[in-house]
Amino acid sequence: MAKEAKERVGLLQGTLDMLILRTLLYGAAHGHQIGKHIQKTTNEFLQMQHGSLYPALHRLEERGWVSAKWEMAPDKNREFKYYRLTDKGRKQLLVEESQWKQMAEAVARVMWPAAEES
Amino acid sequence: MRWRPLKNRDSDLERELRSDLELEEEEQRENGAGEAESGYAALRAFGNPALIREQTRAVWSWNWPESLARDLRFSLRTLRRTPGFTVITILVMALGIGANVALFTVVRGVLLRPLPFQDPDRLTMLYEWGRQGNNAAAYNMVSGGMYAEWKQQNQTFYSLALARTIRVGLSGSGRQLPEKLKSGEISWDLLPTLGVQPALGRNFAQADDSPAANGTVILSWGLWKRRFGGDRAILNQTIYLDAQPYTVIGIMPAWFDFPGPATQLWTPAYHEMTVEEMKSYSQHMFRVVGRLKSGVSAEQGVADLSLISRRIHDAHRSDPFVFRNASGRPLLDHIVGDIKQPLYVLLEATCCLLLIACLNVANLLVARAAARRKELAIRTALGGGWLRLMRERLMESVLLTAAGGALGLLLAAAALEWLEHTRADMSRVESIHIDGVVAAFTVGVIVVCALFSGLIAAFSASDKRVLSALHESSRSMSGGQGRAALRKGLLMLEVGLTVVLLVGAGLLLKSCERLRSNDMGCSTEGVLTMHLGLPDARYAKGAPRANFFDTLLERVRALPGVDAAGFVTVPPGQGYWNDWGFTIVEHPSLAQGKGLGAINRWADPKYFRAMGIPILRGRTFNVSKRLDAANEAVISESFADQYFPGEDPIGKHLNVQLGPRIEVVGIAGDTRYAIGEKAAPMMYFPLDAGVETVGTLVIRSRHGVEQFALPVQRIVAQMDSDLPVSDVLTMNQLLGKQTFDQSFNATLLTGFATLSLLLAAVGLFGVMSYIAAQRTTEIGIRIALGAKREHVMRKMLMDGMGPAVLGLVVGLAASVEAGRLMRDLLYEIKPLDPAVFAAVATTLLAVAALACFVPAWRASRLDPMQALRTE
Repeated sequence: MAKEAKERVGLLQGTLDMLILRTLLYGAAHGHQIGKHIQKTTNEFLQMQHGSLYPALHRLEERGWVSAKWEMAPDKNREFKYYRLTDKGRKQLLVEESQWKQMAEAVARVMWPAAEES
Repeated sequence: MRWRPLKNRDSDLERELRSDLELEEEEQRENGAGEAESGYAALRAFGNPALIREQTRAVWSWNWPESLARDLRFSLRTLRRTPGFTVITILVMALGIGANVALFTVVRGVLLRPLPFQDPDRLTMLYEWGRQGNNAAAYNMVSGGMYAEWKQQNQTFYSLALARTIRVGLSGSGRQLPEKLKSGEISWDLLPTLGVQPALGRNFAQADDSPAANGTVILSWGLWKRRFGGDRAILNQTIYLDAQPYTVIGIMPAWFDFPGPATQLWTPAYHEMTVEEMKSYSQHMFRVVGRLKSGVSAEQGVADLSLISRRIHDAHRSDPFVFRNASGRPLLDHIVGDIKQPLYVLLEATCCLLLIACLNVANLLVARAAARRKELAIRTALGGGWLRLMRERLMESVLLTAAGGALGLLLAAAALEWLEHTRADMSRVESIHIDGVVAAFTVGVIVVCALFSGLIAAFSASDKRVLSALHESSRSMSGGQGRAALRKGLLMLEVGLTVVLLVGAGLLLKSCERLRSNDMGCSTEGVLTMHLGLPDARYAKGAPRANFFDTLLERVRALPGVDAAGFVTVPPGQGYWNDWGFTIVEHPSLAQGKGLGAINRWADPKYFRAMGIPILRGRTFNVSKRLDAANEAVISESFADQYFPGEDPIGKHLNVQLGPRIEVVGIAGDTRYAIGEKAAPMMYFPLDAGVETVGTLVIRSRHGVEQFALPVQRIVAQMDSDLPVSDVLTMNQLLGKQTFDQSFNATLLTGFATLSLLLAAVGLFGVMSYIAAQRTTEIGIRIALGAKREHVMRKMLMDGMGPAVLGLVVGLAASVEAGRLMRDLLYEIKPLDPAVFAAVATTLLAVAALACFVPAWRASRLDPMQALRTE
């Protein structure tokens, strides 16, 4: 357990919002699904408890980037709270994506200047 | 905005978390975890639901009012559980805050608020540098002649106006009685100088302000409402003042009362005074107010006037009463000069009181925090945030001070109401009222007090050593020493402040006592006085005036039970009023510019007997020497000592305004012209000369002198139904009025001091009880092991008296400084009066001992078995 934990890294501040928004681009999902999806896609690299999603989800809802609704799950006979991307959220995702890209490029330019030249 | 559906959101979140957690659990189970293990595994993957809930809630906007409301509810509940504590604390706070707000309101209204005149900063009150006895007096009245010269020659003032206060009789009309009113005699340009307009009608024109003009008068708003029913028709009507007709030309706004409080009407000065009086350089009768030209400082203005005075003085060297310098001060200082210092002293006293109240509340809160130490430790152990707990403690003190402050504001409003009724004589009393600034001040005080008392308690409770707290409180060994030390420290401060207040109050009380026991030089028991004055116009100089007083006195003396009656222009203790320069005929003439002066009074021959002033040598006036034949004077003892050293004054002659050869026929005992002032040389001239018209009738009787008030007034009414009689008071009441200020301040300060003593005692008692309760087990063990009960008690007493004695020492040291601050308010005692200091120390120690004794005694009576079992 301890070894495994060492190999994981904490989530960069502010990136969780972007990841959630990106995940919701595929369609509505409830908290559990979002968490699972992020963990699976990153090969469980990101150290994240599902619980930490909820403050972020509620923050996104506060800002009007996602909307939430209780709906029946298609496969189970149970209601879940489904989150959906709003138009505002879609725009926000674009903004955050481009910001992230610029940031990554900037970091890369500092870290590997030779690679850039070749 | 989203605050209302918070409850819904809460349950919504709850449901969301639960459903997702269940899903997680199911998945864990599907992955092959056991029934029991799947729950834990799910939680591990999910995180702490409670924490998540907290964090999510924190994301919601409008989250803080909700948690604040929760804290509020919680605090209210805890406060309700201890009603005694809550009520006491709120009352203490209310008194402290109330006193402060009230006094702040007064100080703001009287001292800080600018005068309601146009550009009040440029208004300067001007005086002549006069002399009183042998001392220069900065704020002497100005003579009419000097005023005219100043007005004509100055370069620095936009305008100069004069005013003086006198009393006139308003004739009765219809069913209304004649009455004596305070009247302002002002130059026509006074109102423009101040920048004030009458509310109705017009101001005096320059033409009104001359001896030749018809009489004109401006009424105060109050008089207009009271006496004339607020009827506009009074404008241009005629009323009679001292039996002379005056046309009402205007009504002043309600707030206007220049030159002094309770001025009821205004007449033009040059119309009232004779031309000689207005030209004289040596008859000082006026207050002068000037408006400086812009860009000119007050110093420059005064220097300019001094230059003029110097020229006049040099041209009249033969007259010693033409003064050579001018002086000035801001108009506001002139108006509030007398009450400034007492007000600041009282304000300081209330600040002390508030600080004591805060310390007391902090002390009580610390005690509560200590009692709840275990609870707090458990909450901290369970993950209660430090900030949250802190906020909760603060919330409690905020609630207490806010409630106290609200109550205090009510108290302050009531106190101010009362003040306005009892102190209508105070300058600017009308400008005192609670307004937005005062409300803001109250809120500020509340916040500061809440933070102050709350933070002390909060920090005392924010002990990080949770474990030791849990240990300590679970084992009920004597603990909380650190906290007890804090409380003792607070207590020491409290006692120190109390000592300062007590010393201040003691000093004021003692000087008040000194003042009251002042020997006035006359009898004060069984003497009734009443003020009356003849209208100059209806009673011509000479026989009419003399005859009136002769007849009046004759009839009063004929009343059965009246032992003696007399009439004097100014009775003892009622002020300086008037002096005359004189020379002694038998002495060689003085160097030029030197003059002798003494207070002058006019009296009838039997006044001395009626007032109980002894004739030490010689005799009183000869009854048969009347009118122009009245050429006698009685001088006071200090007059004889000062001007006839080593010789017999009887038979010598004075050259005064009354005549060139006035014979000194007797020496009367000294009387004080004002309480607290030394007796000054005084000379009496016979009322029968028929010069003076205004003064005080003095009646003396052995049994119930008050009963003559009505019969005597009836006699006056029979003689002249249009003659107002005022100030019907016994001599004691009349003198009491003079010491009213002093005793008012002393009473207030004593009230504050008593209150703080009580608070300190309560604090001491609380701390001692707390320490005793903390040490119950220890004391039980001690007693069980054979400690003597007296021993236990002595130890407990010592424990409690420690901070009291320390506080006393600190307080006494601080009092030395405080005493110096109020030196000007003291009469005939030093700020370091040993008797007062000793009395305060004794009182404080006695009270402290009493407050400590009860808990100590209780501790020594402990049943050891009981004590050990309480664990």
